[in-house]
Amino acid sequence: MTLLEHRPVAEANPYEGLRVVKARHPGRWAATAVVAVLLAMVANSLITNPRWEWGVVWAYLGEVSIVEGVWMTIKLTLITAVLGFALGTVLALMRLSQSPLLRAVSWGYTWVFRSVPLILQLLLWYNLAYLYQTLDVGIPFGPSFASFETLSLIDKFGAAILGLGLHQAAYSAEIVRAGILSVDQGQHEAAASLGIPRRRQSTRIVLPQAMRTIVPTAVNEVIGLFKGTSIVYVLALGELFYTVSVIYGRTQRVLPMLVVAAIWYVVLTTVVTVIQFYVERYYARGAVRTLPPTPLQRLRGNLTAGLARVRSTSGQDPVTR
Amino acid sequence: MTAVDARPGRVEVHGVHKSFGAHEVLHGVDLVVEPGSVTVVLGPSGSGKSTLLRSINHLETVDRGYVALDGELVGYRRRGDVLHELKERELLRQRTRFGFVFQSFNLFPHLTALENVVEAPVSAQGRNRREVEAEARELLARVGLADKAGAHPRQLSGGQQQRVAIARALAMKPAVLLFDEPTSALDPELVGEVLSVITDLARTGTTMIVVTHEIGFARQAADRIVFMDEGRIVEQGTPAQVLDDPQHERTKAFLAKVL
Ligand SMILES: Nc1ncnc2c1ncn2[C@@H]1O[C@H](COP(=O)(O)OP(=O)(O)OP(=O)(O)O)[C@@H](O)[C@H]1O
Ligand SMILES: [Mg+2]
Repeated sequence: MTLLEHRPVAEANPYEGLRVVKARHPGRWAATAVVAVLLAMVANSLITNPRWEWGVVWAYLGEVSIVEGVWMTIKLTLITAVLGFALGTVLALMRLSQSPLLRAVSWGYTWVFRSVPLILQLLLWYNLAYLYQTLDVGIPFGPSFASFETLSLIDKFGAAILGLGLHQAAYSAEIVRAGILSVDQGQHEAAASLGIPRRRQSTRIVLPQAMRTIVPTAVNEVIGLFKGTSIVYVLALGELFYTVSVIYGRTQRVLPMLVVAAIWYVVLTTVVTVIQFYVERYYARGAVRTLPPTPLQRLRGNLTAGLARVRSTSGQDPVTR
Repeated sequence: MTAVDARPGRVEVHGVHKSFGAHEVLHGVDLVVEPGSVTVVLGPSGSGKSTLLRSINHLETVDRGYVALDGELVGYRRRGDVLHELKERELLRQRTRFGFVFQSFNLFPHLTALENVVEAPVSAQGRNRREVEAEARELLARVGLADKAGAHPRQLSGGQQQRVAIARALAMKPAVLLFDEPTSALDPELVGEVLSVITDLARTGTTMIVVTHEIGFARQAADRIVFMDEGRIVEQGTPAQVLDDPQHERTKAFLAKVL
């Protein structure tokens, strides 16, 4: 304390020139060591056990039929997601409308399509031609302008899209509705008091704010769809999983082929996760005071901070600055 | 009969009743607000001030009685002895003649201050966006926020947000401005900046109806003061009459508490 006493406080910072020693965390070091050893064991077994047949995995990863399967999975997922969320948004708006009939229809739709297992729905759509041989376009209960063979319209792909899309719509409707409900009542009132037209109130004021709640759950759904599309193997449609199973049925190389599929699913999910970050950031505008940094910005920030630290320790600068 | 005032913004409220469920909140309110005048509505909490204000621009539908702006019924069209409820489109058009400033601002958080102001004139009145933007910048400057055009509401203080909300209401060039406790969500030191903007507006000749608890503001800016209690207008008059020489017991009791 003598140091402080004969120096007036107002004159200079009494803590100047003191050295800071960072706190030590032995528990953290020990845990890190244990996890590192476990990781090394896993890596070792993956590399040294010949039954993983990495050569086969590698050979098939970029094989034409596999890539076509991946492409089919992507197509199914994207079309289904778009169809599901478009219809889901309509259903959600119906559910929130003033008309009892619209509300009831929306409720009924969600009820039915959430209750029946997806695999059943897919088979039902595929067999629609048995119920209706032709599909007509025309005036309800009146004359028809055009007539199509059901079988030519709803092939395997069509049945898959219908089944997955309509099923997805039921779930999406609830997600969108939850998002709309999360928007403050005052926003609707402000929009109404300004005389903003109804449709514009939805698209410009309410839905963009609802997106903040919708996006994380919606991405969950899309990731679920990527893997969920594998269920259409019951229709023998050539998406990733079906393709893989056909190949291992032929070559008996079951495990490596499953690994091939797993790697592709991980890649697809990763891409979606990265997209999610940027979409969320976009809809966070205005909701948070400052946006979180993108990974690139964070990397740059870490690098400059790290460099500064290296420079300051080597130059013996006081750390407190 | 007096000559009809040529200026727009005459508000008439006749025998308005309003219930929420079994609970009647307004028991027959009559009020005439002259064009260009400033009316301050005082009254204890729960006396129906907000409900009255929201009935005036038809955010609440009334059960009985009517509201008229410049002789035009709000929310209805009269054909003979029948009142037809207006279609959504016409109702929204009517609403644009009222500017409403909320206690909780209700700015659109995902839009910038400028976009908040520009939105309604473009989408509700179909005006040219560039023209409206120029006007919006002037309005923001008028409420002292010229440099905040690009800020989002959550990056602004409460007082700044409320001033953006006022600019947003003004952008519609409304005949009547309705304020529902515009300063009661604000810290005391921010109240002044918002009240001074409203006082400036009072001098421009827009009809204003202001619900507030700021007695000082009422005395300074109001042409008329209306005192409400339990869903009725108990007393009204000039600030001198109502604030300095209240006649009704309820008014006296209320003023004794807030002054
Ligand atoms: N949407 C509603 N549903 C049911 N009751 C309501 C509703 N809005 C208002 N009320 C009731 O109506 C009465 C009057 O409310 P109002 O908001 O008009 O009062 P106020 O005079 O504005 O009060 P304050 O000064 O606290 O804002 C209150 O008893 C309130 O509980
Ligand atoms: Mg109120």
